[in-house]
Amino acid sequence: MTACGAGRGSSPVTAGSPGTAPVTTDSGIPVQVVYTAGDLPGGEAALARRLGLPGEPPFTRGPYPTMYRGQLWTMRQFAGFGSPEHTNERFRFLLGQGQTALSVAFDLPTQLGYDSGDPMAAADVGRVGVAIDTADDMAEVFDGIPLDKVSVNFTINATAPIILATYLVAAERSGVPYHALTGTLQNDILKEFLARKAYLYPPGPSLRLVTDVVEFSSRELPRFNPISITGYHAREAGCDAVQELALTMASAIAYCEAFLARGLDFEAFAPRLSFHFATTLDLFEEVAKLRAARRIWHRVATERFGATSPAAARLRFFSGNSGTTLTAQQPLNNVIRSTLQCLGAVLGGAQSIHVMGYDEAYEIPTEEAVTLSLRTQQIIALESGVTRTADPLAGSYFVEALTDEIEARARELMADIDALGGAAAAIEAGIPQRWIAESAYRAEQQLASGERPKVGVNVYADCGGDGPAGPSAPFEVDPLVGERQAERTRTRVAERDPRPQISGLLRLADDTRAGRNVMPALIEAARAGATVGEMAGVFRDAFGEFTEPAPW
Amino acid sequence: MSGPRILLAKPGLDGHDRGLKVIAFALREAGAEVIYLGLRQSPAAIVAAAVAEDADLIGVSVLSGAHLPLAGQLMAQRAERGGGHIPVAIGGTIPAEHARRLREMGVDAVYPVGSPLPEVVDGLLRLAGGDGAPAARRAPGKRAGRHGRRAAS
Repeated sequence: MTACGAGRGSSPVTAGSPGTAPVTTDSGIPVQVVYTAGDLPGGEAALARRLGLPGEPPFTRGPYPTMYRGQLWTMRQFAGFGSPEHTNERFRFLLGQGQTALSVAFDLPTQLGYDSGDPMAAADVGRVGVAIDTADDMAEVFDGIPLDKVSVNFTINATAPIILATYLVAAERSGVPYHALTGTLQNDILKEFLARKAYLYPPGPSLRLVTDVVEFSSRELPRFNPISITGYHAREAGCDAVQELALTMASAIAYCEAFLARGLDFEAFAPRLSFHFATTLDLFEEVAKLRAARRIWHRVATERFGATSPAAARLRFFSGNSGTTLTAQQPLNNVIRSTLQCLGAVLGGAQSIHVMGYDEAYEIPTEEAVTLSLRTQQIIALESGVTRTADPLAGSYFVEALTDEIEARARELMADIDALGGAAAAIEAGIPQRWIAESAYRAEQQLASGERPKVGVNVYADCGGDGPAGPSAPFEVDPLVGERQAERTRTRVAERDPRPQISGLLRLADDTRAGRNVMPALIEAARAGATVGEMAGVFRDAFGEFTEPAPW
Repeated sequence: MSGPRILLAKPGLDGHDRGLKVIAFALREAGAEVIYLGLRQSPAAIVAAAVAEDADLIGVSVLSGAHLPLAGQLMAQRAERGGGHIPVAIGGTIPAEHARRLREMGVDAVYPVGSPLPEVVDGLLRLAGGDGAPAARRAPGKRAGRHGRRAAS
């Protein structure tokens, strides 16, 4: 149901119209006409206890006392495509434009353990991220970029240990000691089964690999976050804010239990857990969700896991702005949407932010689009004034009431997930996947009916034509990337000394079978020139591959 | 009379299945029988399943940008495996120029990101012959699925 023309098409139902349904947030939480002090149970004193101060338990107001006045969030635009040198060029460009940390996108073959020359990889090499076959490739990605000065996030999961190994070898080659490295490894395999779908091995062995990385990192990488527990993808796949929060917390609980079962100390690993949430368009709901997240994590860490140090109960998160809320129609509108989302992340106290490109419905971002995303962050940081004080929305009757409500609903859902046996069991039973799919369907129906307004799509839409006009010069990855990468890897494989590479892989197979931490063997193999496909192949042989059961 | 049999799948390595699942739900609600193959299907496997399942339509979704090579493989497999009578629809992050090239390859319908759901559903049902034509075309006794996964309608 398009509604074209200059605003004279059908307009969405508004709260003031007679006979309307109750007004809710995007996630279905009822919103009153007005909020007053009476909406906050227990009055001022109780609220003060629920809030604490920024940097103090229960961390509702932020993980750090001075927040952005002390240090701005990290501007970390996700980037990567083509060959390592293409990605290096984009990284240098972004750093030159004022980006303050890096976030690497890997192509699907790399994410799924295929070398660029593998027939399974052919159509996908270099499209959604950079192609990494060896540690040499990783070194090229960071050529000229000081790894002891730049924090790097790696959006990698099933092959996280392998990619970490190639990064550590790259660091060795540039003379940077492990203890100087800063960054984050996404390494959240549960959400792959749940929503993102870039899993490789079955759940049990996958969790073992996640734990190996965290164990290794706890010892060797003191400034590195070895996992980023994320609800982002479940949200982008269609669930609502409460589900996003509950699923993230349930996953965090499952991981902590796995790490504790390995014998790791909560006080040692918890301060290095990082989290990752979406920030979408319902501004106040998103802010409330993020504040509730910090308060919930504090409670989980202290009550469930007995955390005693503040750092072990202090939630830090990266905010990815939402891509699914952006439209193909009238793409410049997405600049406004992205601005609102970035603002939501800032008001919600994010430590690190990625803003989607306005061309998100069409392509990975052009230089122009990603620069505009960066400028969005910079303008909010430097011109809007919202960074001058911590948690500026605290005390708002609406925001505090919504924070309380989201927390309550999320905790209920967490209890439901507990009753199902925890996140891993629930995911294996396919239950939260069903929530996500149903929620996505409902949202699409609301869009089609006009109940959920989308400017340029179901209201104030363009008239006639053949549909949305995309960018006039769409971003295209160099079509020869696949061939070149494959050839380059073939050459390296032919030129390497096979003995250390073979012995590295044999050691890897041995350690994998024996249940030893796989990281040392991976580093040895990567150093000797083993490819991603070879290392992933060792795990494939040991663990098998996972096939998703039919959803119905 | 049964609804049209529509096979849905994602070829290649892309895992973004939100859209495909939404379409599956909507097609079921509209009375189609959905055969949901899901993720990481090779073009060969997709066509083989469509032929074995006597599908009235193959619908694929690609959001990784790999739609041209994957569609090329799919159409070649369709020719090789006796599936030439089965229409093909593709959805994804597909620029207008690529949509044109896909249609030149013989793809029957292209739905770029932003295509409204009702339009997609109507289009797919029409392509699949939702007016009862497939039941007449179908050889007797070939209804039961013999390959891959199928959904209850």
